[in-house]
Amino acid sequence: MTDSPIQTVTWEDKVAVVKVAGDIDLHRSASLQHALLGLLDEQPSKVVVDLSGVPYMDSSGVASLVKLLSRTRKLGVSLVLLSPSQKVKSIFEITRLNSVFTITDSKEEAMA
Amino acid sequence: MANVKDNSTPVIQVRDLVKRFDGRAVLDGVNLEVFPGEMLVIMGGSGCGKSTLLRNLIGSMVPEEGVVEIFGQNTLVMDEPELDEIRKRFGILFQSGALFNSMTVGENVALPLKEHTDLDDETIDIMVKIKLEQVGLRQAEDLMPSEISGGMKKRAGLARAVALDPEILFYDEPSAGLDPVTSAEIDYLMMDLAKKLGVASVVVTHEMDSAFRIADRMIMLDKGKVLMAAKREEFETIRDGKPTGDDTKDLIRQFLRGDSEGPITRRRQAGGYEEDILHAAGAR
Ligand SMILES: Nc1ncnc2c1ncn2[C@@H]1O[C@H](COP(=O)(O)OP(=O)(O)O)[C@@H](O)[C@H]1O
Ligand SMILES: [Mg+2]
Repeated sequence: MTDSPIQTVTWEDKVAVVKVAGDIDLHRSASLQHALLGLLDEQPSKVVVDLSGVPYMDSSGVASLVKLLSRTRKLGVSLVLLSPSQKVKSIFEITRLNSVFTITDSKEEAMA
Repeated sequence: MANVKDNSTPVIQVRDLVKRFDGRAVLDGVNLEVFPGEMLVIMGGSGCGKSTLLRNLIGSMVPEEGVVEIFGQNTLVMDEPELDEIRKRFGILFQSGALFNSMTVGENVALPLKEHTDLDDETIDIMVKIKLEQVGLRQAEDLMPSEISGGMKKRAGLARAVALDPEILFYDEPSAGLDPVTSAEIDYLMMDLAKKLGVASVVVTHEMDSAFRIADRMIMLDKGKVLMAAKREEFETIRDGKPTGDDTKDLIRQFLRGDSEGPITRRRQAGGYEEDILHAAGAR
């Protein structure tokens, strides 16, 4: 597992698609946040966080995404979480934040 | 690393554990296993060594003999920094682990996050709100412990215990000092959290109602040894059945039912007086 939780960032027009990889836990949440918030400086219209490569996320990871959500809302940028695993989905359900985020399994829907 | 996936590998394994105080073995060869996601209840009479066992499990006490393996690693050969790494993966709710009265409920929950992580304050604030929501206490974040009820204090303690997303939760007498209704509420909350978070729980209690409500598996300690370890259903069968004439089973039955007559009583009458009185003398 590489140290950076961000595997790739690809731009499609003004949409940034961020592929996250590996477990997002206490050890890696800070660096995930740092990378995601840094991306906002490049003024995307939308950020799609692809979670398909994340086997496990703890509440520090969820909190990091909450922080990102609050920033994107302030800036008028949309945020979509793409293809979280069942395990990661359930952490959003447990923390009752599944309805706060836009979560989808479809890339088309995420990009639309 | 952060999550245990294989359900047949124990998260805790204890072998031949011996703990002595002044030469007296309070734990005298204890063996037990805790599996991922299960709720294990440790029962036994007052003074039989339940809290001592728990302290040996979490590494706050060192046994004279035996092995304690957590996540497959022998904790008895670890130095303090290694133990601290392992402890981050525990949540502990002890009677003595009460809230700090000089801090708000929210600050109490934030404490382990501030101590053990390098997350920024904003992230910690979000996590504290998530944890308090999970125990139904989000509105109490800014209250002081003195302003909330005993049941709410336990909830806050639970929120603090799960602050670091532990893989194992330890409880020592979680319903102590609570009325039966509040105690049942805490039981359900413990079960709910354990199931949802998929954590293993080790609960020490002498409250039988609570034990039978929450346990997947139970262990009965007596005279420093594990008298019986079995699924809850097996203990229920013994509790609800007739005396069998088998001393061990009848002793367990008497304990589970809280009866005043049975092997425990006979044992007390029959002997151990010398042992008792010398122990009382030694305890001073
Ligand atoms: N730190 C200690 N020093 C000496 N004796 C102790 C200590 N801790 C516990 N004991 C003794 O060990 C026995 C078991 O205590 P404990 O584990 O607290 O029992 P339980 O939790 O089952 O009520 C008791 O006789 C107690 O007095
Ligand atoms: Mg005790």
